[in-house]
Amino acid sequence: MVSLEHFLVVGAVLFGIGLWIALSKRNAVLILMGIEIMLNAVNLTLVAFSRFVKSDTPIAGHVFVIFIITVAAAEASVALAMVVSVYRNRGTIDVDQIDLLRF
Amino acid sequence: MSGVGPVSAFYVLAVLSIGSALMVMAARSIIHAVLFLVLFFVSLAAMFVLLSADFVAVAQLLVYAGAIGVLVVFAILLTPSREQRGMETKFVGPGLLAGAVVAGTVIFIAFNTNWPTASNDFPSTVDAIGQALLNRWALPFEIASVLLIAAMIGAIVIVGGRGVDLDPGAAGPSARLVRRER
Repeated sequence: MVSLEHFLVVGAVLFGIGLWIALSKRNAVLILMGIEIMLNAVNLTLVAFSRFVKSDTPIAGHVFVIFIITVAAAEASVALAMVVSVYRNRGTIDVDQIDLLRF
Repeated sequence: MSGVGPVSAFYVLAVLSIGSALMVMAARSIIHAVLFLVLFFVSLAAMFVLLSADFVAVAQLLVYAGAIGVLVVFAILLTPSREQRGMETKFVGPGLLAGAVVAGTVIFIAFNTNWPTASNDFPSTVDAIGQALLNRWALPFEIASVLLIAAMIGAIVIVGGRGVDLDPGAAGPSARLVRRER
């Protein structure tokens, strides 16, 4: 028997792993990969709610996930473009060395 | 959702997705991390199929496993780091603690809330999602298209703002100049 709680636990664990990666990596691309994992964990949670929770319009969860995928694709393209641009200007994408705006 | 098939599929997919997400953290090289990320995306798409979300699963495969995976590979190949392997970490312990606290809080809330459960067995979601996107969520749908074209133009402007540089030595001296300044 697989219920809503099973999927919520998997989503929460995946979100925690994504947060761990985003907080502890120094390479900017890997930080973005951690953010993608967090977004996917949220998508899994939304689809699980759409499947298991009583609602008048259960398809709303799926529509929400479609919009999140759209925004995540836009975010990834702009963020990776910024990473490439920073690498061209400074020769590194180590976020500890990208400290121009730090006081 | 019961029966041997869905239950065993759920546990296999849960182990696969959590394991591949952990391997993104633990991989030895950054290319291996990307491959594990793609495996994570694919296993999550299978999880969506298990939740009878067919359109979302196909979108996940196309957008995440296809497009974003290729995009991340390109970003890694365009930003080689000579002296490092790209897998350096810092504050691993506090990061793990923060992730565990967030995950533990969400799990605690999930088990202590009385969800009004039902079993929404969608036969096919494509029709319903199309109707919903063009009726009730028509305005966000249009705004999403504006967002996509803005992101596309923004990415082109950020990366290729100075125009196409055909001189192969042009990127080198400026990078060296920046390094000498620091």
